[in-house]
Amino acid sequence: MSATAVHRVEVRSKPGMPDPKGEAIQREAQALGVADPPELVESTNVYLIEGNLTPDQLARLSEELLVDQVTQQATIGATPPRADAFLEVHPLPGVMDPEGESVEHAIKIMLGEDVKVRTGRRFDLHGTSSDSAMVIAKRALANTVIHAIHERPYHPEAFPQGHDHNMTVGVVPMRDLDDDALVKLSREDHLFLSLEEMQAIRDEYRLLQRDPREIELETLAQTWSEHCVHKTLKATIRYEESIPENDVLQSPRIAMRGRPGHDAHDDGSVTIRNLLKSTIVQATNELMDSGIDWCLSVFVDNAGIIAFDDDHAVCFKCETHNHPSAIEPYGGAATGIGGCIRDIIGTGLAAKPIAATDIFCVAYPESWSREPHDEKKTLPTGCLHPKRVLNQIVRGVRDYGNRMGIPTLNGGVWFDDDYIGNPLVYCGCIGVMPRDKITGDPEPGDHIIALGGRTGRDGIHGATFSSAELTDTHADEFSHAVQIGNPVTEKKMLDAILEARDHESGCLYRSITDCGAGGFSSAVGEMGEKLGATVHLEKAPLKYEGLTPTEIWISEAQERMVLAVTEENIPTLQAICDVHDVELCDLGTFGTEHRDLILNYKGEEIGRLPMEFMHEGIPGTTRQATWSPPSETTAEDSSSKTSPESIGNVLLSLLAHPNIASKHWIIRQYDHEVQGGSVVKPLVGTHGQGPSDAAVILPVHGSTRGLGIANGLSTGMRDDPYVMTLAAIDECVRNLTCVGVDPEHVAILDNFCWPSCNDPRNLGSLVRAAEACYDGARAYRTPFISGKDSLNNQFTTEDGNTIQIPPTLLISGFGIVPDVRKCVTMNAKASGNLLVVVGATEGAMGGSHFAMNHPIQGETRRLPMVDLVKGPEAARSIHTLIMKGLVASAHDCSDGGLLPAAVEMAFSSDGLGLRLDFAQLPTIGSLIEYAECFAETPGRYLLEVSRDHLSQIDDVLGDLPHAIIGEFDDSGRVTLESYGLDLACDELKRAWLGTLDW
Amino acid sequence: MPTALVITTAGINCDLELRHAFEMAGANVESIHLNTLMKDPDRIDEFDLIGLPGGFSYGDAIAAGRISAQLMRQKLYTTFIKAIDRGVPIFAPCNGFQMVAQMGLVPGPEIVGQSWPETAPTPKVTLAENAKARFVDRWVNVEIPADTRCIWTQGLDVSEAALMLPIAHGEGRFIAESDDLLQYMEENGQIAIRYASDDNPNGSMGDIAGICDSTGLVFGLMPHPERYTRWTQHPFWTSLDAEATQEEPLGLKMFRNAVAHASQQSKNGALIS
Repeated sequence: MSATAVHRVEVRSKPGMPDPKGEAIQREAQALGVADPPELVESTNVYLIEGNLTPDQLARLSEELLVDQVTQQATIGATPPRADAFLEVHPLPGVMDPEGESVEHAIKIMLGEDVKVRTGRRFDLHGTSSDSAMVIAKRALANTVIHAIHERPYHPEAFPQGHDHNMTVGVVPMRDLDDDALVKLSREDHLFLSLEEMQAIRDEYRLLQRDPREIELETLAQTWSEHCVHKTLKATIRYEESIPENDVLQSPRIAMRGRPGHDAHDDGSVTIRNLLKSTIVQATNELMDSGIDWCLSVFVDNAGIIAFDDDHAVCFKCETHNHPSAIEPYGGAATGIGGCIRDIIGTGLAAKPIAATDIFCVAYPESWSREPHDEKKTLPTGCLHPKRVLNQIVRGVRDYGNRMGIPTLNGGVWFDDDYIGNPLVYCGCIGVMPRDKITGDPEPGDHIIALGGRTGRDGIHGATFSSAELTDTHADEFSHAVQIGNPVTEKKMLDAILEARDHESGCLYRSITDCGAGGFSSAVGEMGEKLGATVHLEKAPLKYEGLTPTEIWISEAQERMVLAVTEENIPTLQAICDVHDVELCDLGTFGTEHRDLILNYKGEEIGRLPMEFMHEGIPGTTRQATWSPPSETTAEDSSSKTSPESIGNVLLSLLAHPNIASKHWIIRQYDHEVQGGSVVKPLVGTHGQGPSDAAVILPVHGSTRGLGIANGLSTGMRDDPYVMTLAAIDECVRNLTCVGVDPEHVAILDNFCWPSCNDPRNLGSLVRAAEACYDGARAYRTPFISGKDSLNNQFTTEDGNTIQIPPTLLISGFGIVPDVRKCVTMNAKASGNLLVVVGATEGAMGGSHFAMNHPIQGETRRLPMVDLVKGPEAARSIHTLIMKGLVASAHDCSDGGLLPAAVEMAFSSDGLGLRLDFAQLPTIGSLIEYAECFAETPGRYLLEVSRDHLSQIDDVLGDLPHAIIGEFDDSGRVTLESYGLDLACDELKRAWLGTLDW
Repeated sequence: MPTALVITTAGINCDLELRHAFEMAGANVESIHLNTLMKDPDRIDEFDLIGLPGGFSYGDAIAAGRISAQLMRQKLYTTFIKAIDRGVPIFAPCNGFQMVAQMGLVPGPEIVGQSWPETAPTPKVTLAENAKARFVDRWVNVEIPADTRCIWTQGLDVSEAALMLPIAHGEGRFIAESDDLLQYMEENGQIAIRYASDDNPNGSMGDIAGICDSTGLVFGLMPHPERYTRWTQHPFWTSLDAEATQEEPLGLKMFRNAVAHASQQSKNGALIS
């Protein structure tokens, strides 16, 4: 006989058995620099089980389920602290505990008992004070946004219950509000709508002759959020630029006159109607009109789709999850990749995810200190330390991506101190699908079926939150927008969906989409746009009681998809879901008489909105945009820069620069080979210590046709986003070309992360980037197929200073490798082979890594421009060379310039060396000292070739500037006599490996 | 043609490459969900080979493979024993190894020929958290003991550059409950594969990467041979010369071994019946 109680079980290593987690925390505590770091940390897993369990049952659970009988021991109940300091970390009530959920499932099957399980971690710290332990807890073990830290064993008598909420849906008196009151309402209710939008809503309700109900207003706020509709990119923009005659950067003037959607005015300004449509989409349309026939679906679905072969299509989506990651990097990054994977599952009639990418932008870990420090900047209140941010982001992507079984195989990290309050987390996902499953629309009468996770209060207001600006109080104010994902729930759902898609009687559903930002409100709103929909909110399964209907409707709880299913297919779908332990619920039907969205709760109508107003009622706006190049003072800040001492020092410091240094610490934590499709891995060479330009996988088993994946990011050229964007497109294409992708079969994606575009200067720089997308995509014949923007990335400190991020545009690309057996990698192959550079080097050093540390003057401060004729031509020629088998290895020259790229080729294969000679290096204009080595001129490639193939190579390259600049040997050293360079490959490699070897 | 069963469950994610490996080695393959098998264990009797793929079953909650191992101990142990008695090779990489170790299928009864206990025995070996407490994906150099009784790795003739396998795990540190057990397993030919002594990625005892039961049929290992069935999966295949890639990759050879064994078994079975 036992009453419901909370049982506590502690599991720890047996004496003499290893405790790697404890050891890792001891090392981390030491690195944090607390006064008295622990000598020893013992870690313990804590399970709290609420339910009716007999002592026998409990003993059985701890012995058979909770403990590893070889290495661990279990204790029932709370044991007293074992050391000088004690910590225990538990998720806060309401925060997801995926491990607890899995344990509940196991107990249900083992004992037939329904119990509730929460898990925690206990640490007994020897040789440290309680105060220091608390510092360690807050900096390394817990994030108080989602965790509670206990200083004694936590053993509650019962789990906290949710509060009862008011279940009625209120009416918001709005029809009589003036402008000030509208603005106030928008801010206080976290709607983040502009005055014009609030006015449009007020006017609509005046016509309807009633006030909006709270759930209707929330629906509009979600649907109209920047996150969901990209209203800035679609606005009418009046753009004005002023480039002074003596502009040191020699910023290019963009020829906008005559471009579709652009009206040039006599005063030099230009009006652009729908920036997105007139630049990015326009380029794709023109390319499709001019013969590119492999784009199957662009800009309309959750991801862009291109043809892969006669039977298969591949799709690509990239998302950002910046604001949640600023507050809780682990959960933010994990749910970022989780959400992007759902976009792929929700593309067409579902694609199977086969690859993931990740790119992070964070502040330099070494430049920030939590306490005042002589040489470092002090971390602003409300910001997490960048080292912790990066650590936790990587863990989040790792734990979600690995558990989903999707190889994360391409990415990068860019460091800049302006990301201190607002780091960026880009997550991309690629899927493969049969070509006859690329579209699907619901029909009237189809049921609205939700699959997957339950709905909870987590993630409420994510869409609107992501559209707002971060401040030092956001961690408190928006903790409810932060979530922890459960990848197993998503994997089960994916398994069930693919089985339903490929069912022998045909696809069991007519349409599918994911529940992302805005939750059910966005998913049902989008799917039912043309039909209307009736929803019964009480039918949604809930994580716990007490959610209001509005909360159910807008909750962004993870791992849910919405499908349109005919009544007759529901039982078959249900049977598949039962096998996979996936919950299915029937929320209502599509199709209403007047194309309305009708929301019911327990038989009562609680909301009604015309789909037309939801989707077309958002007022268009005209926005002002201006641009001028940075003035002298901002363009030249050389106070902290020193003249280079020697070429060897510059080279070593560049290889060790965090942007350039090896990312093995990240890459090796990801299972980048799961699914068995890998052909070119992110790290290549005989020791897996060479940075690959791109990844290649086989999407279709048994075929030799491959898919290459890469990205381009050129934030160093932030001073002119036009130049920066072209460089990113060029870099992405070169990365792909270097591994064997056909550059004439490449599709790209845009992801803009910008500081607030309410500032006309930021909007002006956005316009320049978008215009470059148009020019670059047309020149390289790389259609954009999907994109996303995040346009409010800045952080306001408690003293009111705003730190804006640099304008950041990620170009993601994927393309076809005609035959993977012809792929090449960047590591050098053989002594006696020659090193050939393709593309000329010019003197512009602006934005280069060299210029970050060393002063440059005058002309050389220009930003290097992509050659839009020779760049694409070089890509095509190099592809021809690779297909002919004339290239032993290929590497693009980008961050750091030519010399670091050449060195990387040499040190990534055991025993080789490289003798360089720049006498024949093709150049444009005069170059200052070091420019040959470190200028970051785009458009250049390094090829390793056999002497025997030289004349064939000359024939293919023709007029493209190219020359022999070195020869590989077996010296194990890199030499460049004209600069007095002579260093061992091992030393160079050590510098490259050492920086991020965390 | 022998037929292989691939058992999937919530969080299993290396089932596709395992299917392909069985197919490339000449087997038919069917995947069945653990939930289905727990309701109808006899379905296992139809198969000539069994694969327990890698992944993160139930999110690896508590410890890797723990929950699925518990479920199988309860519902499928006797069916598995029946399969071993029939001579069915069982392949258990990564999460699969964590499961068969916790089900007590490896190292199994200590004396060759001794029969299996009626209920699942207490685990004697485990795969603990990596020494560095971190997930790692890389290729490792491996060695195959000449005297192994593992039917998957016996008699493989492999060149040095090809003696590598990919690993990808956070909990792969092999620990036996005693040194005596380890010594017994070594003497009894139950070490199926080792990490090269300078390339032990997780702190495993005795550099052990994989073991088998005393029949040699049940093969539990942390590496993923199913991800090494074509040369373009090799980590530096672009640096290998044509001669090195003449033979079949190591992973595929293991599957060929097992499929040949299963074909022989079913032929023998046909002769007896």
